[in-house]
Amino acid sequence: MQRDFDKPTMVKIEKVIEETPTVRTLVFSDDVLSAVLPGQFAMVWIPGVNELPMSVMVYLEKGRAAFTIRKRGVASTSLYEVKVGEYIGVRGPYGNSFAIRQGNLLLVGGGTGLVPLMRLLTFLKKNDNVTVLIGSNTKKEVFFEKMANQILANNKHQVIVTTEDGSYGTAGVVTDVMEKLIFEKKFDAVYTCGPEKMMYKVVQLASSKKIFVQASLERMMKCGIGICGSCCIKEELVCHDGTVFDGKYLLSNKEFGYTHRNKSGIIENY
Amino acid sequence: MKPDIYTQVGSIRLERPTMLASGILGISLDVFARLYQAGAGALVTKSLSKEPWEGYVNPTVIGVEAGYLNAVGLSNPGAPYFAKMISSNKTIPIIVSLVGSVEEDFTFMIKQFEDAKILGYELNLSCPHVEKVGLEVGDDPELVKKIVKSVKSKSKVPVIAKVGLGSSDYLDTVQAACEAGIDAITAINTLRAMAIDVETARPILSNKIGGLSGPAIKPIAVRCVYEISSKFNIPIIGCGGISDWKDAIEFIFAGSSAVQIGSVIGEKWIGVFSEINDGISKYMEKKRFSKISEMVGIAKRF
Ligand SMILES: Cc1cc2nc3c(=O)[nH]c(=O)nc-3n(C[C@H](O)[C@H](O)[C@H](O)COP(=O)(O)OP(=O)(O)OC[C@H]3O[C@@H](n4cnc5c(N)ncnc54)[C@H](O)[C@@H]3O)c2cc1C
Ligand SMILES: Cc1cc2nc3c(=O)[nH]c(=O)nc-3n(C[C@H](O)[C@H](O)[C@H](O)COP(=O)(O)O)c2cc1C
Ligand code: FES
Repeated sequence: MQRDFDKPTMVKIEKVIEETPTVRTLVFSDDVLSAVLPGQFAMVWIPGVNELPMSVMVYLEKGRAAFTIRKRGVASTSLYEVKVGEYIGVRGPYGNSFAIRQGNLLLVGGGTGLVPLMRLLTFLKKNDNVTVLIGSNTKKEVFFEKMANQILANNKHQVIVTTEDGSYGTAGVVTDVMEKLIFEKKFDAVYTCGPEKMMYKVVQLASSKKIFVQASLERMMKCGIGICGSCCIKEELVCHDGTVFDGKYLLSNKEFGYTHRNKSGIIENY
Repeated sequence: MKPDIYTQVGSIRLERPTMLASGILGISLDVFARLYQAGAGALVTKSLSKEPWEGYVNPTVIGVEAGYLNAVGLSNPGAPYFAKMISSNKTIPIIVSLVGSVEEDFTFMIKQFEDAKILGYELNLSCPHVEKVGLEVGDDPELVKKIVKSVKSKSKVPVIAKVGLGSSDYLDTVQAACEAGIDAITAINTLRAMAIDVETARPILSNKIGGLSGPAIKPIAVRCVYEISSKFNIPIIGCGGISDWKDAIEFIFAGSSAVQIGSVIGEKWIGVFSEINDGISKYMEKKRFSKISEMVGIAKRF
């Protein structure tokens, strides 16, 4: 039977990985979602609760995919609490993907923003020299450091973790480390996903050095397919035109880094 | 010579016959500007209420056989906020969709748009009835008459009523609106429908029941336009499942002077406006029509 991409397909959770005290990865089998492009997302239905947009996480086994969730409000917490053997609905994949460049690449991620970046790593070429910057508040909330090293095992690479409280890796925020790095070394492209204020800084820094930069954005999403309008940022629809945008465009978009729309469509400050 | 595809919906002149349907991408002036550039002849806003509405919890929009099912719950930022947002508008042909359940709601909302540059209003009559639970405003012809009369007396721009197939005969709603002096009718809104997941036995939409749109409803919408145009002397805007220029022409032959485009944007994206406009233009050239008005309702002569 042909799969209807816009209707939830039910998948059974096969494995749950504890990443940190507040982050879990749910693994399931699905041929479609296991093969998505980096930056693409799915709409995830938690039956009886809600439906949320989620980046599709890689699972290094053919035919399997995952979601990595940080528990926040009611909806994300109930997804976080889904157990092995339970079902969730997925529709998609939706959205565009990162433009894959070659050479010296810098990836800057914060929190669950690391999810599309992990998938991006699996698309990079052997000759790429890759630097991954992982930002976290504190040591026990650091995740995907091992995963990044594992995916990049055959590349010249470096994974740098920063914690704001200095409990692990470099003390401080990722963008400070990034600032130093781009002065020391020439990069061919920068990719970022995470809190929008962080991405704004990353895009500004990269642009100041004229480095190609892309960011993957989050917005309130209802349809995921470009008809409801809830995800708009100026004239762009994040679910359809994004989630990945060029930094050059983003710096001309006055909403980027500053505002987003709430559920009724009213613009609010970050 | 290339035929001109302008059209006249009563006193509303549109340079192109393809309008954006209400609730589709319609919350930002920047998006409207983009869609206008893409070829839309007019942009109908999301239905606005007196106050902001958050709408229902997700899932609110899902795909089903030949269309979409939605129960967005009329989420919108409210008329005052929206009026402020479009206050800088000069060139974009906007039609403001309003939803309310009593006359006073509309009086308040129209006041907000007094100084705005808009083409007209579209009244979404598929709003829950406050007194008669389970019914919609459109199911109560007396209430429709009251609301339309009141809005007409206050509005400086033309007023369109959008009808759906509610629990009563929609033709009674059309009649009531016509008697109260409505300028045009949009037909139709979505049809009540639902989808249940077989793995969990749960209705998928959080609101359980939603509205069906897309190709699945097209033949029904064509029938409604045909019936309205056969019975009443009122300009009609056709809406429901239009996916290409052939569908648009079909609605025009049934009696619509313009068409609204909604769900198909989910499949073809916004290039669909110029695709349909060009298709209509080519067809007119081939069939030697020089104006859209020459084609409106010609299926009725058989
Ligand atoms: C493209 C994309 C990819 C994402 N990927 C991930 C990921 O990989 N991992 C992860 O943990 N989070 C991800 N998110 C964020 C996630 O969708 C939620 O916004 C986040 O989990 C907060 O949900 P909450 O239940 O804590 O809501 P709260 O912040 O408590 O908000 C309250 C309510 O608002 C609604 N809501 C909140 N966010 C959204 C939204 N984005 N769209 C629609 N309704 C919403 C829900 O009804 C929610 O219950 C992504 C978001 C987007 C847009
Ligand atoms: C997501 C979505 C939201 C909608 N919101 C509204 C609305 O706010 N007001 C309204 O009058 N109609 C609304 N509609 C109905 C459409 O305007 C249109 O009448 C219907 O979808 C049929 O046209 P289509 O098949 O081309 O989509 C909505 C439809 C969809 C799919
Ligand atoms: S989520 Fe509906 S248009 Fe993007």
